[in-house]
Amino acid sequence: MADVALLTTSDGRPLAQALVQAQARARRRALFLVLPLLLFVIFSFILPIGQMLHRSVYNDGFSASAPQLGAWFAQNPASTEPDEAAFAALAADLASMQANRLAGEAGTRINYVIPETRSLFTRSARDAKNLTPPFKAALLEVDPKWGDPALWQAMRAASSAYTLDFYLVSADFQRTADGSIERVDENRQIYIALFVKTFILSAIITVLCLLIAFPVAHLLATLPMAKANLLMILVLLPFWTSLLVRTTSWMALLQGEGVINDLLVWIGAITEDGRLRMINNQTGTIIVMTHILLPFMILPLYSVMKVIPPSYARAARSLGATSWTTFRRIYLPQTLPGVAAGSLLVFILAVGYYITPALVGGADGQLISNLIDFHMDRSNWSMAAALSAMLLVGVLILYWLYDRLVGIDRLKLG
Amino acid sequence: MTSEPRSDAFVVFEHVQKSYDGVSLVVKDLNLTIAKGEFLTMLGPSGSGKTTCLMMLAGFETATSGEIRLDGRPINQVPPHKRGIGMVFQNYALFPHMTVGENLSFPLEVRGMSKSDREAKIKRALDMVQMGAFISRRPAQLSGGQQQRIALARALVFDPALVLMDEPLGALDKQLREHMQFEIKHLHDSLGITVVYVTHDQGEALTMSDRVAVFNDGRIQQLAPPADLYERPDNSFVAGFIGENNKLLGTIEELSGDKALVRLRTGEVIDATAVNIKEKGQQTLVSIRPERVEFKPEMMPPGAHTIDAEVVEIIYMGDILRAVLRVAGVDDFVMKMRNTLGQTKLTPGQKIKVGWHPQDARALDP
Repeated sequence: MADVALLTTSDGRPLAQALVQAQARARRRALFLVLPLLLFVIFSFILPIGQMLHRSVYNDGFSASAPQLGAWFAQNPASTEPDEAAFAALAADLASMQANRLAGEAGTRINYVIPETRSLFTRSARDAKNLTPPFKAALLEVDPKWGDPALWQAMRAASSAYTLDFYLVSADFQRTADGSIERVDENRQIYIALFVKTFILSAIITVLCLLIAFPVAHLLATLPMAKANLLMILVLLPFWTSLLVRTTSWMALLQGEGVINDLLVWIGAITEDGRLRMINNQTGTIIVMTHILLPFMILPLYSVMKVIPPSYARAARSLGATSWTTFRRIYLPQTLPGVAAGSLLVFILAVGYYITPALVGGADGQLISNLIDFHMDRSNWSMAAALSAMLLVGVLILYWLYDRLVGIDRLKLG
Repeated sequence: MTSEPRSDAFVVFEHVQKSYDGVSLVVKDLNLTIAKGEFLTMLGPSGSGKTTCLMMLAGFETATSGEIRLDGRPINQVPPHKRGIGMVFQNYALFPHMTVGENLSFPLEVRGMSKSDREAKIKRALDMVQMGAFISRRPAQLSGGQQQRIALARALVFDPALVLMDEPLGALDKQLREHMQFEIKHLHDSLGITVVYVTHDQGEALTMSDRVAVFNDGRIQQLAPPADLYERPDNSFVAGFIGENNKLLGTIEELSGDKALVRLRTGEVIDATAVNIKEKGQQTLVSIRPERVEFKPEMMPPGAHTIDAEVVEIIYMGDILRAVLRVAGVDDFVMKMRNTLGQTKLTPGQKIKVGWHPQDARALDP
């Protein structure tokens, strides 16, 4: 081995060095070629996601507008009862909030942790400049809520811009007055339940897509060229149509006075009063999303099935297997990379889907993305970011599981 | 040496026709009887219908009309998995997601055989092709020749009486192909199975088969043992398709029995054996194998007609020398000479006289 390490080129340079030099030019050119893509990915993907993750743990809505209270929290340990100095700092901060119109923002930040405190801040800030010492008594007179230890605990937590509060709320936890963490009341737990519902609905949609796509992809892969092309166009046509058009046409089909209900009433399958509710609920979300995501299942399946030679099935038949055994033991196992790729793709798309559940989901067909949108509508960026980050982690875990179970190198997306 | 069916007919094609599009026939009136234990090869150019015949026998295609019988039983309506026919495919068709052992186990499992019986049979089949050590490998980890052996073992493991092979050696290199030809032939002899073998390689057909059926245009052109096929082709297609062949066009000058005198277009007269010639004056194509052409007078039979030839080119091929001659207006008349120590050296431009035994010149349909 020592001899190998000492190999030199004919003009006496070490071989390894010569190799690097010889390839340096090609490597620089390769880097130059991928540079635009690299920049695109950095600016359109890595930076926004990084910023989102940052926002999920960073919110200066309270800390920036309450510097004096922040200083008091820094000087006194967590167990200290708020004294006159603390209330004086609070009164001064409230006054400056009113002057700078920041009371609502600061109140919103505390409102995430303790509901119905936003109005407390806006009301108290309006009165702040009229307050006179002793500030403790004066503020308690404006609203006795200022004496609540939980409120002070929340303000102490919010006095630092960096916090995990948003993740706590996203996981249906809250801080108690003494700073410990507990689950919120059952009737106020919404986030975990919605995450679970999102994952279950996505799983149902994925299974339905798989059941429908498998025979279609098989037909695509085995029909003669002319018929297969026609079928492929039928598969892709919805793909080329605007998402809104597709969703809206499903509304026309599925609604109470819609085409399908009319047809069912006309053939007598249901009565006029028994019209089916197929939209503005979970059923609607499932039906429409299955249809919209179907091509994402068909195409990976098709690309895998296309390269399975028919001779495997023939060999199995000649060896004595019935057509069912041939399908189960020979054909199906060979389509698994496509099944896995399609399922992963559809599931990940479904978990983050927004527009369709928003349009046809009604009240109970909403997914986690609709809640993220709800928070963004209220400029509640940190909350939206924390929920998004949790969704991202969920998808990454799925991706990791897929890699362990199937192997990412077997992923075939067509 | 007869092409008559033997009495123990095992596979019978009776007036079988096949059409894919309802407009044209791919197989036109096929009649073929294959005896038990026979090695029959279907040979022909692509599109000649040979593979279609094999697929009809395996059950993957249905005959448009006519009847196929296996061991006396009509099998037109029997699905492939109930025919009990072993098959070796061109691309081996080994199941990629199974090991060698699982591949061989598959036909036994679907027959509901017990585990111990399966293991014994798998071991025996693998030993038969000297692949016992590869039982836990996957097909992708094997070379082409090894995959071929496994495919063979899988087709034989459930003891079928009939094995079909669809160009099984097409993907192998020449040396391995010749070796496998020998092994397949050896297995056929030792197991006593019936083999129907499809190939477009005439060398393969001649070395391995008991009988060869030459297909062209949806019909069997000739069904004969290899020596007959090569030495006594029935028509000009078979003569041209099997082996190298010199063709001389002419008219029948005299005809008595199977002896014919043929006048070539350039005026020379040669002896020939009439094969499918009916009458005097008929146009004919005389076929002569290059290795049967002689240019030394002492090698020619007494009284043989000779004709003038001019050497165009000598090609050195190692074991033989190929002389390209200009004979009777034909520029690509080939004569093969053994490369022996005392072989006469010919040079381009040299004028010689060539001749042959009348038996070797076969007057066929033009």
